Parts: sequence; C-alpha cells; structure tokens
Amino acid sequence: MKCIRVSAIVFLSVLSLACLFADFLAPAPYAQQFRDEPNASASRQHLLGTDDLGRDRFSRLLYGTRVSLLLAPAAALIASVLAALVGGIAGFAGGRLQSSVMAATDLFLSLPWLFLLITVRALLPLNTTPVTSVIITFALLGCLGWAAAARVICSSVRSLCSSDMILLARASGSGGFRLLCRHILPNVKPVLAAQFWISVPVFILTEANLGILGLGVAEPMPSWGSLLRELESFSALSSQPWQFAPIVLLVVTVSCFHLALRKQELWA
Amino acid sequence: MKLPLIASNLLLIAALGAAAAGAQSRSQLRFCIASDPKTFNPLLVDDDPGETIRYLTGGVLVRLNRASQQLEPGLASTWRVSKGGNSIEFTLRPNLRFSDGTPFSVDDVAYTMRQLMDPALHSPSGDAFRAGNGQVISRVIGKDRISLTFSVPIVGLDKLFDQVAIMSAKSPAKEMAVLGSYYVAEDKAGSYLVLKRNPNYWKHDAHGQPLPYIDSIRVDIQQNRDIEMLRFSRGEIDFINSLNAEYYDKLVAQSPRTAIDAGVGLDAEQLWFNQVPNSPMPAYKKAWFTSAAFRKAISASINREDLARLAFRGHARPAVSWISPANKFWFNAKLTAHPFNQKAALESLAQEGFKMRNGTLYDREGHTVEFSVITNAGNKYRERMATLIQQDLAGIGVRLNVVTLDFPSLIERITRTFNYESCLLGLINNDLDPDTQMSAWLSSGANHAWNPMQKTAATAWEAEIDRLMHLQASTIDEKKRKQAVDRVQEIAWQQEPLIFLVNKNALSAISPNLRNVLPVVLRPQVYWNIDQLALDTKGVYNR
Repeated sequence: MKCIRVSAIVFLSVLSLACLFADFLAPAPYAQQFRDEPNASASRQHLLGTDDLGRDRFSRLLYGTRVSLLLAPAAALIASVLAALVGGIAGFAGGRLQSSVMAATDLFLSLPWLFLLITVRALLPLNTTPVTSVIITFALLGCLGWAAAARVICSSVRSLCSSDMILLARASGSGGFRLLCRHILPNVKPVLAAQFWISVPVFILTEANLGILGLGVAEPMPSWGSLLRELESFSALSSQPWQFAPIVLLVVTVSCFHLALRKQELWA
Repeated sequence: MKLPLIASNLLLIAALGAAAAGAQSRSQLRFCIASDPKTFNPLLVDDDPGETIRYLTGGVLVRLNRASQQLEPGLASTWRVSKGGNSIEFTLRPNLRFSDGTPFSVDDVAYTMRQLMDPALHSPSGDAFRAGNGQVISRVIGKDRISLTFSVPIVGLDKLFDQVAIMSAKSPAKEMAVLGSYYVAEDKAGSYLVLKRNPNYWKHDAHGQPLPYIDSIRVDIQQNRDIEMLRFSRGEIDFINSLNAEYYDKLVAQSPRTAIDAGVGLDAEQLWFNQVPNSPMPAYKKAWFTSAAFRKAISASINREDLARLAFRGHARPAVSWISPANKFWFNAKLTAHPFNQKAALESLAQEGFKMRNGTLYDREGHTVEFSVITNAGNKYRERMATLIQQDLAGIGVRLNVVTLDFPSLIERITRTFNYESCLLGLINNDLDPDTQMSAWLSSGANHAWNPMQKTAATAWEAEIDRLMHLQASTIDEKKRKQAVDRVQEIAWQQEPLIFLVNKNALSAISPNLRNVLPVVLRPQVYWNIDQLALDTKGVYNR
C-alpha cells in the first residue's frame, strides 16, 4: 500500500513539474493554429496529433494540465478556508447560531451547483482575458464549494468542544479565542487537510463538466474540461485513440490524489 | 407421412413469416425527430417536429417544389393572384376526400382561412397574412372555386399557401382528418408516432398508381443525435434529414453512398457589433462599432475560407449576403464574398486614425483595440469560428475575448440589456421570400440585430434600406421587388452591419434502400417529395 502511495505522489510530482515547465517542454504555443494540418495524426512533430483547428494536442495537454492542476488546489484552498471559518465558528458557538448556520449550509448544499455556476458565470463581465476567466472560474468554484466541508468541520468541532480535553482547558481558564486557536484548530487540522485533498479532484471534475458545456475556461486557453470536449461525439472515438490522453490523465490524476491521501485522512 | 407434412407446414409458416417481414420492411419508412410535436393542429405549429408532421400529413392548395423552387398545384388545380395583389382565386380539384372520408369542399378552405386569421387562435402560419386590418373575405364563386380577398396587398401571396394545411370544417375527427399523403394513426408520447398512408390521397403517379408508395412511416422520438446516428448505421432508420459535419465525414468514411451533401444551404452564420446608442459600453467602443471602415476592416481580416474549411470541415461556403446563393431567385449574384486581406484592413484602419504598435492596435485616442464576442455555449461550430476569428484578428493587433454563454443569458443580452460588444450567431432561414425578413432589416424591427427598434433610422443607409424594404413589400411586381432586394443586399455588403461569415451546406444521411430521393437544400431536405419515395429491400440505389 505504501508503494502505491509513493508511486501516486511521484506521479503527481512529475506531472506538476511537467506542467510547470510547459513553456520548455511544449513543442508549440497552445494557441498556435497550424491551419494546414487540422486533425493530424500523432507524429514526431505533433506527439498527440492536432485538433480541429490544427493546434498541437500535446502542448495543449501540458498547458491544460497546468491550469487544472494548479488552480484546482487554489480553489480547494478557498473552499477549505471558508469551510473552516463557517464550520468552525458554528461548531464552537453551538446553540442557535450553529442551527441557523447549518440550516443555511443545507440550503446551500441543496442548490443545483451546475446551474448556479452557469448563472453566476453569465453575470460576470464579458471583457476578461482568458487568464482572468480561468481565475474567475476557479474562484467561483472555491466560493461555492465550501458547504459540504463546513458540515464536516462543524461536526468535528462540536465533538471536540464536548471532549474532556476542552473541558480541562476551560477549567484552566482558557478563553474563547485561545481555545479556538490553541486547542480546537490544531485538532481539526487533519480533517481540514482531508477535506482539502478531497476537494481538489472534485473541482477538477467540476471544471471539466463546465468545459464540456462550453462554459469553463475561455478560448484559446486550454483546460482539461475544454480538451475533453473533443470526445463529445462518439464518432471521434474510433479513429484517433490519442484523443483519449486528456481523459486518461484526468482519471489517473484523480486516482493518484485519492491514493496519495493517508487512509485515516480519507476517512477522517 | 406426418413428418413431411409438419416439415412442409413449418416451411410454409417460415416462408410466410419471411414474406411478411419483407413486406413490412418494404412498406415502413423510419426516421427520428428530436421531440414530440407540440400540437397536431396545423395552424398552431411553431416547432420543428410539428412542422415535420404537418408536412407529411397536411394537404395544401399549392406546394412549393423544393428542387425547382417553383409553385406547383396541390389541392387547387389552378390559382390566380389579382393584379392588386390582395386577392387570390383557387380552383379546387373535384371529388377529393379527407383521410376519414369526409368530402373536401370550398367550405373547408373558407373555414381554414377563418381559423387562420382568428386573432384568438394566434396562428403562427397566419402572421404572414395579417397585413392591414388582418381581415379576409372568402367568396365562394362556384362549386370548386373560391376567392380570398385581403384588406391590403400581400407580397408572395400564393407562396404563403405552401404553409397552410387545409382543415375540415365538418369532420368529427377535426385536425386529425387530413388531406396530405399520410395521417397520424398512432401517437405514443415520448416514444414514437406511426403515420399511415392516406387512402383518400389525391395524387397518382404517371402510371396511374395511387401515391404515396410507402404504406406507413414510423417517426421515433430521439433527442440524442449520437443514438440517431448509431441507429442509422445499424439500418434501423432510413434517413437523417440534417447532419452535422463530423457525422457526415464519418459516414463518408464508412459508407460513402449514404452521405449526401446537397450543397450550400439557406442558413448563415454571422457576426455583428452592438450599435445600440444607450448600451452600457464606453463611448470610444461605440465609435469603433458605428464606423463602417472599422467593421469592414474587421470583416477583411477574417479568413472565411478557413472558417468553412476548419470549423465546418469544408461543408460550408464563405457567405456573401443575407440571402444565400441557394436562394436562386433572390440572391444578388453580382456580389462576391469579401476577400481576406489584412494589409488592406490595416491601411483602412490607419486612415481612421488606428495605429499598430508592438503587435497591438490602438485607436486615435490611444485605447487598445480589444472587444468581446459572445456566442451560445455548447455550439462547437460557433466556438471554433470564434477561436479562428480570434487568431485572425490578432494578425491586425486586435484582441478578441471569446465568451460562451448559455442561450437564455445570450438572448437577454442581445435583446433586452444590450450589454455586449459583438455577437456570433446563426440565422436559420426557412423561407425563400425576403419579405419574411422585414423585422431583421427595418430599423424599427425587433430583430434588427445591431440596433433594434429605432424610432427613426440612425443612419442614411439604414433609412435607404427601410425605404427599399417597404418598397418590395408594397408591390407584387417581382421585377421591382428583385431590384429593391438586390439594392438592400448591396448596401448591406458595403456597410456590413452584419458580417456574414459562412453558409452551411445541407448535409443528410440516406439509406441506399430509399428510392426516388432527390436531396435539396430547402427544408425538408430529404422527404420533401414524400409521396414519391419508395423503399427497396434489394438495396438498389436509385437517385
């Protein structure tokens, strides 16, 4: 099991390095259109062939991986911080505040995510560069994805509050803020970490879903979502197996994220 | 003795079964539509599936031949439009009956017209007839002759009757009694419809054989185009009326005889700039977009050949005008597609005070030339076109931001809030007569995309278009109308309020078993001559 975990971490590290150095590894800029070579097969020049507009698929995969792999953790971080704040305060305060915050969280959870994202995306300013649109998309994902984690955090904080350890700390004269910072937060850190790592693949997949709907990252910037759109029609599947590269990479990466987590973190 | 008897009986049963199966497969045509028709009332049809059923079941007084684009007699053997253009007289074929046996008479025509013009019914087919006060006077001249008089002249009056399916005034079956080649025999909502051959259909072939040849049609409801394509490949359906470029290419690779490209169609893809004066946009951008020189420079910087070749895999042609070359009579053949010439575009922009510095274009006041284009999410052809245009415009230093929006949000922006800079959308054209596009070209029209519902025309050329469109709508002289429409096309070509990009080809898939097929670019491309189609199990491909 340890071997698998190490392999997963090595894979994620290599992948992160590859996409960080995409500028040096990619044979062509991701937006460059080789208009005389649309839908080209895999070759030395184009390792994964070219897409409908003649763009090098390998370059786009490298840059797309960079977008998805770097910004999904950023979105997960936003979501985890929000979850820690909301869940932590609600759990620590207890009583009516906890009930009302958790009711609001439940309401948030019941919202249809995808439609909410589509609506919010439609309200954003139009004149944004592709880079800004990427950041906006992932920031939105982060801002909207805290609710499930907040529930878990609230529950953990609640059980901690009623523990002997906290009772002892209170008896020793620890106040609210000190209790929260010195005793509760360090103890919910593993739960928070688990929530963070679980959120990363969720955000990658959500962006991919948005990309498939054509609402993710703006052209010409690639992301896994936009790359997966090539697989929309079944006719594309037969003749060019190298088109599967983004989905294979997505599945392997998401699996590696799960394998990289310690068992106890996953079930925390 | 018993064994041979049983064996011969089994053989007979098997042969009969095989014959029955063969007969069934010969006599039933199968194809798919995307959803259930909203209504079977032909006067209320406003959706594609409803239009399909109306075409297959409805009997019309005159029928537009989709191949020759000329009118042909239908239920009326002859017709005559008055000189004033406000009256039409039909002579009906005698002794016709509806599918349920109810006799057809001039009263049914009068009844249909009353229903069509009834303001309470809100018939979409009736809109074209509702010029003036929207009244129609039906006068029965004889047993088989009827005259219909409208309060004002209506251009292309006779052609409008191609869309009016005659209903029975007396039949207890109401709209289910039809005069077309088929009638609806079974409707399994969400699943399929079965249409059966109308035993009272009036048409016969050259040998006197009653039409249609095919006994029944099974129309399956299938929203998923992938499954539709799969079913066609398996031979479960006989045709796909409208195909996209990917599927077409796949079919060409698999079975070239089944893939049909009927040539350039009526639909156009276009890009336009927001020219609404009170739109929430900086003044300097409004100045760019209202400048004809700017629009023309952008147009000249777009490589339309590449759009057709890459976005539509070669199954499209660079567009010239708002009327497609497929519209044989109304297209202005003197016009040609704008050539791709970025050098000329930059020179023209330089004359307007634009300057290129370090690969970026700046206007006279030093603003970077950057704008967004919105298009509907999920339409990969438009997204591809937008991406190609993005790179083309980068060649003249213009930064284009592509934004894909869900369709309701997009419509909200282009029709209500006007909070957009440019838009890339398509124009679906079902009618040949340009009069149906009045709302798009009149400056006061709600569909005047770049600046709708103007109180008075904002520019001299828009005022001229208004005058010409009113002129073509007020005369029934085809020559005068053609001149006016040609001039509108010239003005639109010069001013480019809409930058026409490509006209898509009409692509379809047709089984080799279907005979007498003559695919055309007008809808319905494959089954427009449904009463002539025949099925052949031997796989003879006769076209």
